[in-house]
Amino acid sequence: MAGAAAHDDHDHRPKGWIRWVYSTNHKDIGTLYLIFAIMAGIVGGFLSVMMRWELAEPGIQVFHGLASMVYGVEGDAAIDAGKSMYNAFTTAHGLVMIFFMVMPALIGGFANWMVPIMIGAPDMAFPRMNNISFWLLPPAFILLILSAFMPSAPGAHGVGGGWTIYPPLSTSGQPGPAMDLAILSLHIAGASSILGAINFITTIFNMRAPGMTLHKMPLFAWSVLITAFLLLLSLPVLAGGITMLLTDRNFGTTFFAPEGGGDPILFQHLFWFFGHPEVYILILPGFGIVSHIVSTFSKKPVFGYLGMAYAMVAIGAVGFIVWAHHMYTTGLSLDTQRYFVFATMVIAVPTGVKIFSWIATMWGGSISMKTPMIWAIGFIFLFTVGGVTGVQLANAGLDRSMHDTYYVVAHFHYVLSLGAVFAIFAAWYYWFPKMTGYMYSPFIANSHFWITFVGVNLVFFPQHFLGLAGMPRRYIDYPDAFAGWNMVSSYGSYISAFGVLVFLYGVFEAFSKKRVAGANPWGEGATTLEWQLPSPPPFHQWEQLPRIK
Amino acid sequence: MSGFSQVVRGQAVERPPYPRSPLRYGFIPILMFAHGCAGIQSTLEPTGAEARQIATLFWVMVIGGSVVWLAVIGTLLYAARWKGEPHSAQSAGRLILWGGAIFPAVVLMALLAYALWLMPSLRPQSGEPPSAPLRIEVTGEQFWWRVSYRSKNHEASIASANEIRLPLGQRVEFVLKSSDVIHSFWIPSLGGKMDMIPGRTNRLSLLATKVGIFRGPCAEYCGTSHTLMAFYAMVMDPAAFDIWLEAQSQPSEELASDGKLRFISNGCGSCHTVHGTEATGTLGPDLTHLGSRESLAAGILPNTEEAIRRFIADPDVIKPGSKMPAFRMLPEDDLQAIASYLKGLK
Repeated sequence: MAGAAAHDDHDHRPKGWIRWVYSTNHKDIGTLYLIFAIMAGIVGGFLSVMMRWELAEPGIQVFHGLASMVYGVEGDAAIDAGKSMYNAFTTAHGLVMIFFMVMPALIGGFANWMVPIMIGAPDMAFPRMNNISFWLLPPAFILLILSAFMPSAPGAHGVGGGWTIYPPLSTSGQPGPAMDLAILSLHIAGASSILGAINFITTIFNMRAPGMTLHKMPLFAWSVLITAFLLLLSLPVLAGGITMLLTDRNFGTTFFAPEGGGDPILFQHLFWFFGHPEVYILILPGFGIVSHIVSTFSKKPVFGYLGMAYAMVAIGAVGFIVWAHHMYTTGLSLDTQRYFVFATMVIAVPTGVKIFSWIATMWGGSISMKTPMIWAIGFIFLFTVGGVTGVQLANAGLDRSMHDTYYVVAHFHYVLSLGAVFAIFAAWYYWFPKMTGYMYSPFIANSHFWITFVGVNLVFFPQHFLGLAGMPRRYIDYPDAFAGWNMVSSYGSYISAFGVLVFLYGVFEAFSKKRVAGANPWGEGATTLEWQLPSPPPFHQWEQLPRIK
Repeated sequence: MSGFSQVVRGQAVERPPYPRSPLRYGFIPILMFAHGCAGIQSTLEPTGAEARQIATLFWVMVIGGSVVWLAVIGTLLYAARWKGEPHSAQSAGRLILWGGAIFPAVVLMALLAYALWLMPSLRPQSGEPPSAPLRIEVTGEQFWWRVSYRSKNHEASIASANEIRLPLGQRVEFVLKSSDVIHSFWIPSLGGKMDMIPGRTNRLSLLATKVGIFRGPCAEYCGTSHTLMAFYAMVMDPAAFDIWLEAQSQPSEELASDGKLRFISNGCGSCHTVHGTEATGTLGPDLTHLGSRESLAAGILPNTEEAIRRFIADPDVIKPGSKMPAFRMLPEDDLQAIASYLKGLK
């Protein structure tokens, strides 16, 4: 045993492709996850820009051409195929961004990289499982991409109807193999996330450095722990629901078919029992990241640390009992609606505690407005917009007007596309020097922020107006009255896409200029353990476990 | 047509699903601010009792929400700029407790109480079917609306399609069903939406407070032609409505034409009903009074002879995924005669 222990040293790392494909190193796997998320994000972003290009004007001007290019159909058939293709794009955009961009970036990427380091652990608890967690994702992604080229409804390709895949449209409505491939893709992506969740829970419970009690653990580790529990408890429900879809489609069961005694609403309950915790899965790690950034650049520990941690626990717990606020229009009884209105509004309280903890932390002293801090403040700014519209939509009465309109699209993009994505970029600019050892150009990074900030607000704020004016979601075409704000929204999307190019150029520039960042580029405020290691950290860290006072 | 003919808003959307040239994509942000929130299906221009309450609730929430958001962001920016003393742990704790917990809890309690108080009137259950003076059963189909009126003045139900007429100031109960996938019934100007779910029956009650024509889009994605599934709701004076309903319960007065013969001989009657003829099919929309409807093909074409002719010839082009087979192989004068016959069914 002693010989085996002595065998490890810093330079012992596999070379070439074996290092990456066989990797059991949490930092390498985290890097793979981040690269994967960037690529999936580009795919998902491309889909959204195509949709905005189509919606810039009433009429159909893009998708019939796309359909004839991709599916080789001509004339009227191309128009039909284009309409279905538009809805296949909305579905794919949602699934790609949720399962293959935000989750891999926050959980697989940043949490994999930073949680072991932050809690003083040498690696994740199950390094090989970590490897398979990542390597399940590319096949899942390939299945999803393949499904876009498979027939679904007659004359249509790709899964239409959105990421919620409600039956009967997803069973009898789309008999082709596209839906089956998408379901299998979700199964595999879900298995990947469940394995990851088991790994994080075990790591955080068992591998904290001596002296680091749960109540001394960094908030990002707290947020990942809670997220992991949400994944572990909610994903099996999704897996069950989509398995029932699969058997309804292929093996003659009738879980969701009324003609066989089933009920389409059952699927909606199962889906949203997963789906609502899922949106907290997407945002909770962001809460953790923003807490660290606010604390670092305010040069103070987070005020109300315990309140912050338990506010996240509360958000996670209450997140499981509010699912039917996605279903106010399905004919729930009045009392059921009352309960879900109440439970949903309760979530605003722990969220308020978090926002005011950040404000109290920033209060006074000298804040340095470095790039990560700008993104974090942008996060708070935009997330609260989504929070306010969220409280509005919690009202069953109001929701029955806003449901399935662009108002809801605007709301959830303010919390996710702007909230979660701003948290991802904040984390990126916060930890990029740590992960790579190089400092990016603050000018490019700040330009990236301002372009994105202007762009996404132009995309999504006008969508509130469209929703109020009665424009439903999932429409490739619309009455001329909606043309103005749709045009604004589309320009916003082009600006945001330009922001992505600036981001990529910034990454390229940082790697080519090779400005050495040093162990701790952020100064005295950066107190968590990762800043005590060199940048980039050694291949194996904490061979001498740190001791926490 | 009396009762709503003075209304000029809500013209049928004339643009069929033909593509425009991609080159027409221009860079002229025309009149973008002139459009804003107005429209023929706007939630914020309520013309029904429910929609009015929803609009009021919205404005209360949006003003309250904006005040809270401005206060929070103001505090945030102040905190980020201010160079004074940092909070002690104690005063920070007070800020978090009062700003983050107690303040939102109180505001939310007030909002919750208001919302819960409004709720029963936002979804009134207007009793069992016999007590409602007018009940309209709407069934969502891919991609049109089967409509059936049940009034206490009429023994039998009165079939129609793709258009809904309501009397002003009278509560109407909608019975909502679906025959295939989930659709959602929504007239934004009159009230909230309600899903139409296979195997279930949902109820919705609406009270119109203004005469006019209002558009209703399908609000739950239902397949390829979801975008092309809409209808017009016409609110009429009660007297005009009664006359109209009485007329609907009778077969249409026919103009002398041989279109009827050709309609029958080409088999249209196996899917469509025209009362008073041997056409009694129920697979497709009832056509008894097609000529008097505001729009054609579930709210997507103007109701003209030419549009009817085009739809008969190319339903698969105008509405992809519709169950109607194309009749473009019929001789031109057959198409023309049938179209003119149908347009004449007032």
